Amino acid sequence: MSTTTIGAVFARPARSNWVSLALIWLVLITMPLWIGAVGGYTALASRVLIFGLAAMGLNFLLGFTGVMSFGHAAYFGLGCYGTGLMLRYVTNSTLLAVLAGIVLGTLAGALFGALIVRRTGVYFAMLTIAFGQICYYIAYSWNDFTGGYDGLRGFQRQPIGIGPWVIDIQNNGVTFYYFVFVVFALCIALMGLLLRSPFGRTLIAIRENQRRARFLGIPIERHVWLSFTISTFFTAAGGALYALLNNFADPSTLYYVISGDIVIMAVMGGMRSFWGPLIGAAVFVVLQDTISSMTVNWMSFIGLVFVIVVLFFPRGILGFIRRRAVA
Amino acid sequence: MLTLVLFNIFNGVILGLFYVLMALGVALILNLSNVINFAHGNFLALGGYFAFVLGPIIGYWPALLVAPFAVALIGLIIERTMIRRVYARDPVYSLLLTFGLAFIIQDICRTVWGPNGLPLSVPAALGQPLSSEFFFFTGYRLFLITVVIVAVIVLFLFLRFSRMGTRIRAGTLDMETVAALGINVRWLRSFNFALGIFLAGLAGVLAGGQIGLNPNMGDDLLMPSFIAIIVGGVGSLTGTLIGGVLIGVAAAVTTVFFPSGNEVVIYLIMTLVLLIRPRGLLGEEGLLT
Repeated sequence: MSTTTIGAVFARPARSNWVSLALIWLVLITMPLWIGAVGGYTALASRVLIFGLAAMGLNFLLGFTGVMSFGHAAYFGLGCYGTGLMLRYVTNSTLLAVLAGIVLGTLAGALFGALIVRRTGVYFAMLTIAFGQICYYIAYSWNDFTGGYDGLRGFQRQPIGIGPWVIDIQNNGVTFYYFVFVVFALCIALMGLLLRSPFGRTLIAIRENQRRARFLGIPIERHVWLSFTISTFFTAAGGALYALLNNFADPSTLYYVISGDIVIMAVMGGMRSFWGPLIGAAVFVVLQDTISSMTVNWMSFIGLVFVIVVLFFPRGILGFIRRRAVA
Repeated sequence: MLTLVLFNIFNGVILGLFYVLMALGVALILNLSNVINFAHGNFLALGGYFAFVLGPIIGYWPALLVAPFAVALIGLIIERTMIRRVYARDPVYSLLLTFGLAFIIQDICRTVWGPNGLPLSVPAALGQPLSSEFFFFTGYRLFLITVVIVAVIVLFLFLRFSRMGTRIRAGTLDMETVAALGINVRWLRSFNFALGIFLAGLAGVLAGGQIGLNPNMGDDLLMPSFIAIIVGGVGSLTGTLIGGVLIGVAAAVTTVFFPSGNEVVIYLIMTLVLLIRPRGLLGEEGLLT
């Protein structure tokens, strides 16, 4: 199985891969056109892309380096707060604010990563949770600056001016979707390039056999740290967009429950495949939106999703389909 | 001022003891089975609610013991039907599984007993303050401290001297050898899981009498118990014990001078410990690292 996944990532994409790639982008580009017809709304489409980006970012670490983080909510939330604080206190430029959110999340990721990168396995996961919670409690306690428990309000995403043109993402949800889409596409392109580079192959070597990679002279800690930091970069980008989507930064975006959500998205979609987490995010976000409007017991259903995925579909949706296709 | 500081230190010790009970249960399961039990706080709440139901029927004192046993039984069933299947897999699966279970148990508690707080009544004899000057020194709190200390001593004696306890300690160090010696490792893990859940249930009954019951009463205790384990050092139950009391008291003392900083201070302690001594206070190098 492992050799086929490496092959699937690195072989020149076969014809069927080009087809599915084109299909994925086509679906994403046209999403605002048909999502209303199937009972959704534009903001839901944006949310799918945002959590897809966050989950794919996590999967850079989880699926392609073989290291588990259960604290990515911190970087998602910091992206959120960085963007919100920038718009509220400093600037009117949406792009600058997004940049600030990403920088804040990535810096925290680099710092915490450096502290925990020497640990492995379940202990590593536990430390990522604990460090993630630090950010939550800071946002929660620092009332004057972050709005504390009530979250950060009082900012609005601003129209983006490029030369003579003004792109109104403020009032037009569809335009904002395409703004999210452009950021998403840039991040995903970067991620794909990174994974195809020698650096990305080294990460996969670490995932497949860490001890062997170490014997080959690969500095494991440095690579895991880099992968952790890069992964927080993408997740923070998702968080930055999330602040713009809601015009609100909520302390619960920093809470470990969101970490669990992001991990289940990656696993549910298929953590050994590049696009799996996006599919997982789409399913999870739509499911959560639907169920929470239908029943007060939505927590049980979401919990059940976790249990069913773990016990019966550990390879995720894509893994399940591929296995069926082979068999 | 002295009374205020004493009051807070005393509160800190009580809080620390809850952390200890929670953390010891989490640590038992983590050390032997490599599973981080996210649902531990929800088992705690379940323990409190069971005592709430059983108390009027069989009385408070029997409920104090029966409720944790009932929770442990449920833990045992969950372990044997679900958690056991993921031991051999990547740790991400056990995390997600217990994460999902936490959601489900919390939702069940909310559905059955309602989202609002419920009082867990304790015998009137325990409710009296023992001293008029130190009003916070109630009989119930003294009782609570005694029960926790007795429970911890019994647990440590059990692990030190009983055959089962020895096997658990051996399994923490080297599961493969324990299995090779012909010991039923699957049963050992099940028993150990139930033991950890028992401690959560006991903490739930005690916490119910102190702060009342609500469906997410265990959530605030879960993260500190993780910190207690990290500070004390993974693999050492004594370390977990020290870590729990340490962060409980530190949080309470901070509350006196800087009320909103009590959550942050325990994370500061964790960061400091990790910087100075990466394996934790009493952690053994190599275990789980």
